[in-house]
Amino acid sequence: MSLKQRADRQGMPCQDPQVRRHNFQEVALGYTKEQAMEEAGRCLQCKKPKCREGCPVEVLIPDFIQAVADGDFAQAAVLLKEKNALPAICGRVCPQESQCEAKCIVGIKSEPVAIGRLERFVADWEMRQGATLPEQAPRKGKKVAVVGAGPAGLTCAADLAKLGYDVTIFEALHTAGGVLMYGIPEFRLPKDIVEQEIDNLRKLGVEMQFNSVVGKATNVHELLANGYEAVFLGTGAGLPNFMGIPGENLCGVFSANEFLTRTNLMKGYCFPEYQTPVKVGRKVAVLGAGNVAMDAARTALRLGAEEVHIIYRRSEKEMPARAEEIEHAHEEGVQFQLLTSPVEIIGDENGWVKAMKCVRFELGEPDASGRRSPVAIPGSEYIMDIDTVIVSIGTGPNPLATKSVPDLELNRKGNIVADEDGRTSIPGVFAGGDIVTGAATVILAMGAGKKSARAIDEYVMAKTAEKAI
Amino acid sequence: MYPIVRKEIFSPTVKLFDIKAPLVAAKAQAGQFFILRADEKGERIPLTIADFDREEGTITAIFQEMGAGTKRLGQLEVGDNILDVVGPLGVPSEIERFDGPVAIVGGGVGIAPIYPIAKALKAAGNEVFAIIGARNKELLFWEEKMASVSSKLIVCTDDGSYGRKGFVTDALKDVYEANSNLNHVWAIGPMPMMRAITNVTRPWGVKTIVSMNPLMMDGTGMCGACRVQVGNETKFACVDGPEFDGHMVDFDLAMKRLSIYKDEEKRALAALEHQHQGGGCGCH
Ligand SMILES: Cc1cc2nc3c(=O)[nH]c(=O)nc-3n(C[C@H](O)[C@H](O)[C@H](O)COP(=O)(O)OP(=O)(O)OC[C@H]3O[C@@H](n4cnc5c(N)ncnc54)[C@H](O)[C@@H]3O)c2cc1C
Ligand SMILES: Cc1cc2nc3c(=O)[nH]c(=O)nc-3n(C[C@H](O)[C@H](O)[C@H](O)COP(=O)(O)OP(=O)(O)OC[C@H]3O[C@@H](n4cnc5c(N)ncnc54)[C@H](O)[C@@H]3O)c2cc1C
Ligand code: SF4
Ligand code: SF4
Ligand code: FES
Repeated sequence: MSLKQRADRQGMPCQDPQVRRHNFQEVALGYTKEQAMEEAGRCLQCKKPKCREGCPVEVLIPDFIQAVADGDFAQAAVLLKEKNALPAICGRVCPQESQCEAKCIVGIKSEPVAIGRLERFVADWEMRQGATLPEQAPRKGKKVAVVGAGPAGLTCAADLAKLGYDVTIFEALHTAGGVLMYGIPEFRLPKDIVEQEIDNLRKLGVEMQFNSVVGKATNVHELLANGYEAVFLGTGAGLPNFMGIPGENLCGVFSANEFLTRTNLMKGYCFPEYQTPVKVGRKVAVLGAGNVAMDAARTALRLGAEEVHIIYRRSEKEMPARAEEIEHAHEEGVQFQLLTSPVEIIGDENGWVKAMKCVRFELGEPDASGRRSPVAIPGSEYIMDIDTVIVSIGTGPNPLATKSVPDLELNRKGNIVADEDGRTSIPGVFAGGDIVTGAATVILAMGAGKKSARAIDEYVMAKTAEKAI
Repeated sequence: MYPIVRKEIFSPTVKLFDIKAPLVAAKAQAGQFFILRADEKGERIPLTIADFDREEGTITAIFQEMGAGTKRLGQLEVGDNILDVVGPLGVPSEIERFDGPVAIVGGGVGIAPIYPIAKALKAAGNEVFAIIGARNKELLFWEEKMASVSSKLIVCTDDGSYGRKGFVTDALKDVYEANSNLNHVWAIGPMPMMRAITNVTRPWGVKTIVSMNPLMMDGTGMCGACRVQVGNETKFACVDGPEFDGHMVDFDLAMKRLSIYKDEEKRALAALEHQHQGGGCGCH
């Protein structure tokens, strides 16, 4: 079959935009069995699959897709899980269009094979069957501590448990999942999926100690002194940035983290049955255009805001959010004010936001990197009528854990310095995920957790061998 | 699970719990707080660690019933479990042997957080003048405990129903008149009281530490709900505080920020009443 004749990519069934903008149920509904097999049939089974190069964890893409095409979903799941511990999550939130699917050969002449959607289909199918536990090596009787229960920590813990280690996760919040639980909304990543994955970890014997802030209740050196052979730090990039413009502390200005955590983790959309309130006014401005901003904007709509605006300094092309999320936001009625930036938030006499002063930008000459950077248009200031501002301009590393380890090498921004395999400047201390790279993606955090697990195993085994001599 | 091992009722709205939380008790220091979540549906409520017993593994909290969250908490009894307790959080008070006496001022439930600070200051060898006050006699507590950790204790009530009649600010002025070498003041209580104290001490140039109690959620620096303006800087009270230089804090803004969820708090209270009458919320 020539490339030109390939069938069209299977569309993803979704909730109608006008319906879903009022509920928190998942937007994308998932392929049917028939759709999945049909889509899997579009894969050319390349001898040198380019797609795998685009995947940070090198999922056996053609192999699992072949199994789907054959209708052998159980086998597909086995193949998928060989490289990816959390496929139900990655199939939903990976930026596929810039990773695996960006490299797919079919994408040259037509739309690429829907690798992410197939991944999600297989994972969901397997969950419905009741997932089987992977094989576990015999217990080694050695303890490892994992700090932070985000994707990096969870993956590292799972791999270590499979290798036979006794793993304890120390997590600051009252539940595991990190950003998967508190940041990414239910309508994009249902929480029971995350909980199932966490349950699997428990079945592997991983212990979870919640409400444990490392740097406060305990610290890294204490853990090492208390019998943990190694410590993995996966504490993420949870510290919200603010713009530093006047009026940012007014009532009605929230960080996206606060807004999303109140809604997702604390289930503010069920207030007052769930007792944490979340507030959204009638006219909402979301500052920023990444995944977090899209999530905040779409959450604001669902909580009943009348108008939601994304305010972004650059143009559509540069928006860092996943293409699918931008499209979904458009469909649901989020408005985009591009080439625009706020300069001041204006309050009323009671200290509440009532307006925002913005300035317009135009794209200037291309800079050295070829990117046209925005320049402010003089005299273009205007006032927007707004009563809620959600600041979503990025996050930095949370210093609570690292501050308590003064001998740990950090970079200028406060991220932990670690090599490819997560080794830090302190022997026995490993790190990975957003705390090393800065805010990145779920799959990269997982990849880092995986590599660290391997490196930790090597380290502990070498140490044990040394002692034996 | 964190069981309540002792409960004391100071007044219809002010209650004390000793909670078994050995890991928190092991590390707690004066000036720190913890966050609890009573049950699956509960809010995360920040409370000061008013005392701790490392051997028993317990921490003490004294709280005033303000809204639905603290009212629900007040209904719990000895033997009940609190689902989540996280701490100790925040930066401990900077305790040292100061050159000159120090004054400690606690207003209302602010008496609870001031106690461990007074205790630590006394233990460090300071001369500690303590002033505690409340609207009336009923709202006072821990007089003896405070007396045991201070060199001199002044008790005031706004209405004169006990101790000296008047505000804690007046008592502090008297202390300063007799001891102009006062080195440090700590003031903890409702925001208007803390602001009043800082206004009194500003002309004296005496360093005055206040403990801010903004709205909080995670308590780890992740959400920014607890922002306070200190001088030209925005600080997160949960990780940079809760103690700040009172002369630098924007109290006006801080008080406004406490009212962000006023409407929702009213709804929560109404729902709580309704629940007592056997209703549900029909959310699911
Ligand atoms: C709203 C939002 C939407 C996103 N959407 C996407 C998306 O669509 N696709 C995608 O690939 N990526 C997305 N991301 C990014 C992705 O979620 C992160 O890159 C990823 O979660 C990083 O994983 P991590 O394990 O390094 O850290 P985190 O997920 O941040 O987890 C860190 C954990 O460590 C805990 N912790 C922190 N400090 C301590 C301490 N001192 N002691 C104990 N525990 C501690 C935290 O409570 C947290 O649970 C999104 C992020 C956000 C915020
Ligand atoms: C670090 C810290 C330590 C604290 N220590 C203590 C303590 O030891 N004892 C104690 O009684 N309280 C303490 N508080 C205050 C306590 O957390 C709040 O009173 C409580 O969260 C109110 O919850 P609620 O659901 O009952 O009231 P809500 O329904 O949330 O609010 C009811 C009323 O209380 C006010 N309020 C809400 N949150 C706060 C707050 N954080 N501070 C002051 N007023 C508030 C609101 O403006 C509103 O008028 C502390 C707060 C912080 C941040
Ligand atoms: S893990 Fe992500 S990048 Fe890798 S194949 Fe799956 S969807 Fe693509
Ligand atoms: S590049 Fe595309 S067509 Fe080739 S194996 Fe990968 S998914 Fe299939
Ligand atoms: S309470 Fe969330 S940052 Fe302080």
